Amino acid sequence: MEVLLAIVIGLLYAAGVYLLLRRSIVKLILGIMFFSHATNLLIFVAGGLHKGKPQFASDGLTAVSANPTDPLPQALILTAIVIGFGITAFFLALMYRFYQATGTEDLDELKEGENK
Amino acid sequence: MTGILIYLIILLITAFLSPYLIRKGGKIAPWLLGMVSAGGFAYLLGFAGFIADGNSLNYTIEWLPELYLNFSLYLDGLSLFFALLVTGMGALVLVFSGNYMKPYAMKHRFFFLILLFEFAMLALVLSGNLFTLFIFWELTSVSSFLLVGFNHEKPEARNAALQALLITVAGGLAMMAGFIMLGQIAGTLEINQLLKSGDLIRNHPHYLPVLLLILAGAFTKSAQFPFHFWLPGAMQAPSPVSAYLHSATMVKAGIYLLMRLSPVMGGTPEWKYILTITGAVTMILGGYFAYSQTDFKKVLAYTTISALGTLVLMLGIDTDISIKAAIIFLLVHALYKGALFMIAGLIDKSVGSRDLRKIGGLNKVMPVAALAAIISLLSMAGLPPMIGFIGKELIYEAKFALPDIGNLLLIAGVLTNVIMVAISLALIFNLFLGPLKYPGERPTRPAFALRVGPSLLAGISLIFGLFPARVADFLLSPAIKSIRPSIDSIKLSLWHGFNEVLLVSFITVAAGVILFLLYRKVNHILTHFNNEVITFRFADAFNKILNGFLFLTKRKTSFIQSGYQRFYLMAIFIMTSVLAWYQLIFTWPEIENVSFSQPAIYEFVILLLIVSSAMVAVFVRSRLAAILSLGSVGYGIGLLFIVYGAIDVAITLMLAETLVLVLFMVVIYHLPKFTEFSSKASRLRDGAIALLVGSFMTGLVLKAGQLNLNPKISDFYVENALPLAHGSNIVNVILVDFRALDTLGEITVLVIAAIGVVALLKLKTKKGSAT
Repeated sequence: MEVLLAIVIGLLYAAGVYLLLRRSIVKLILGIMFFSHATNLLIFVAGGLHKGKPQFASDGLTAVSANPTDPLPQALILTAIVIGFGITAFFLALMYRFYQATGTEDLDELKEGENK
Repeated sequence: MTGILIYLIILLITAFLSPYLIRKGGKIAPWLLGMVSAGGFAYLLGFAGFIADGNSLNYTIEWLPELYLNFSLYLDGLSLFFALLVTGMGALVLVFSGNYMKPYAMKHRFFFLILLFEFAMLALVLSGNLFTLFIFWELTSVSSFLLVGFNHEKPEARNAALQALLITVAGGLAMMAGFIMLGQIAGTLEINQLLKSGDLIRNHPHYLPVLLLILAGAFTKSAQFPFHFWLPGAMQAPSPVSAYLHSATMVKAGIYLLMRLSPVMGGTPEWKYILTITGAVTMILGGYFAYSQTDFKKVLAYTTISALGTLVLMLGIDTDISIKAAIIFLLVHALYKGALFMIAGLIDKSVGSRDLRKIGGLNKVMPVAALAAIISLLSMAGLPPMIGFIGKELIYEAKFALPDIGNLLLIAGVLTNVIMVAISLALIFNLFLGPLKYPGERPTRPAFALRVGPSLLAGISLIFGLFPARVADFLLSPAIKSIRPSIDSIKLSLWHGFNEVLLVSFITVAAGVILFLLYRKVNHILTHFNNEVITFRFADAFNKILNGFLFLTKRKTSFIQSGYQRFYLMAIFIMTSVLAWYQLIFTWPEIENVSFSQPAIYEFVILLLIVSSAMVAVFVRSRLAAILSLGSVGYGIGLLFIVYGAIDVAITLMLAETLVLVLFMVVIYHLPKFTEFSSKASRLRDGAIALLVGSFMTGLVLKAGQLNLNPKISDFYVENALPLAHGSNIVNVILVDFRALDTLGEITVLVIAAIGVVALLKLKTKKGSAT
């Protein structure tokens, strides 16, 4: 499973990079979202994969060794998801304004506009 | 010694006050400034007796002693000799400038710069620590740059200033590296300490690199071949600057450094060969090019190069007599060349030209200046009874005393001196005697302030020549002793008796007279030869290299700084993944040995969903489809989280994903349809880059899987969630209790993002910026 997940993460990153290299600003945002998905998954897998129902402290747990599901990466991912959401929302608004102001979604026009 | 420090500070303050003084003070102001300099001269002269008794003074303010950096002052015979030269010449030049600079609108700025230079130069020669020396060394380069470019509306002046700066500063940088290495070897940069550790440094394996680096600094500053070409260019500066910086003092800084370090680094074969050869080549080339110049200042510039070469040569020969010769010739040269440069300025001012072909017979309009010039020129020619004669005789003697290459050097020296004699005679008879010639209006009698400097210097040349013994005891012998303590006393006199040296002197003068008589003819041929045959010009070559470098830099910058976002991203992606792959390859065997769990069939389905949705999102042409597929990638990942027991994460992800989808829907209809911007080739290239990064990330995940994480941190949270935080959902407890401050930060980010979104959406587009 880890191998398969690793390949999936790799593919998600590849999709993100490919989209980031497009000239369209909409695709740029999609690329960023791919990146944040892939990174969340990467942290999750790095913390170790263990199937089963979520564990609670009230079940009498005292150490991770007894409960294989590590809570720490989960907490990190939670934070990452929320921040990622904030960035995406901001980026969407930015893109909307960008299109309104310039009338183009081509990022290369930014450079050409500078030379004018 | 504190007194000297106070004097330095006074000089610096004077420099900063001088613009106001010049503006308000009128005629008297330059004389006052000259008095400040002359006061320093008198004060320093007071130390002469004390120093002549064999004493030295040291004053140190600790700065960073661990790195051998201190602010130190050191006064011995050598630094006193140079300090007197700097302050004495400074006083005369300031008085001279008072009249010379009158027509310049920016003259107050000129006085500031030249006083700043005097401060820097005086501090340089009084420095007791090589780093202190370096700082003032650079300050002299900077003030020289500003003074050479003083007529900054002239492009030639700007170019010459830049050239002088770049060459001397590049040398200075090399020299700094040399100083650092020297500090590492000797464990000190204090000059009085270094003087004792000469053997340690000479026998160190890094001796040669240190020597070469330091010589780079000295040679660039003192205009040695092949760095000599900045000095003729620097003649763009006003004449007082040429007299002061580019003949009497600043260009001697390199010589000073060589003299200072001669007991520390000198005496080795490397030292002897490099200095002798460089000095000899510079000496001959300077003389040769001086001969065919038609601009008075250019003649003086090239003879200065020649004289600097002679000095380096003398230091390279490195015998008792050559050291003596070097010190005496240095004084000789400063006296006559300072005077001649001032006279060049004076002629320029009253005749309006410096072209030797157009001017002549100036003794009829400016008898005093002409007399001073003739005396100085006789000293330059090395004729008795001037001090120049003594200097030249000693140089010959030094070359005679050298066993192997002495004859060759002697021939070179004689040749150079023959040229000097011819140039001096030509200048005397054409410029100052003979029929009166001038290009424009009849020249006026120069003002007293212009005459006083050259006359005084010429007088000193004569007096020192007639009574050399007094000067030698008082001033020269302490300076020589601090280079070479073994020398007891020096005896100077005009008459040495009939010997081989006198014979060579006779031959020199005779040949010089013949060359002078042929001046017109030879000059014509030489000018032709120089212009037609020697097409290579160092200054032009330097400009070409500089322009080529700037061109390359420009190309490189416009290549790297393309201005297109995706090229920056590309560079980052490629560099990162190539470097990371390089690292990953070494750990690959470890990864292969790790065993992994088997996937269940439903997991397989989820993965397939993620991958296929991702592919759709990347390649589909419809915006809506792309966004929806991205959403299903997110939901797929959420499902995976559920399978692996991360219920909180899954909930958050699903919620966030839904919100993003909704937001996207809101915006999407205000955006244009997807358009294909890029060509197939560039899409293939991007695909390759994407796969490179993706494959690296896969490797990274595999590598991460077999790391031994430290479970203690997680154990702490698991153990204490209930007893300390009174919560049983450990993930939640971490977020809201243990790491509550992080969560606060996270919320702040969200708030900022929300404010940003509102601001962007509510903002009205200004008229005109919208298209």
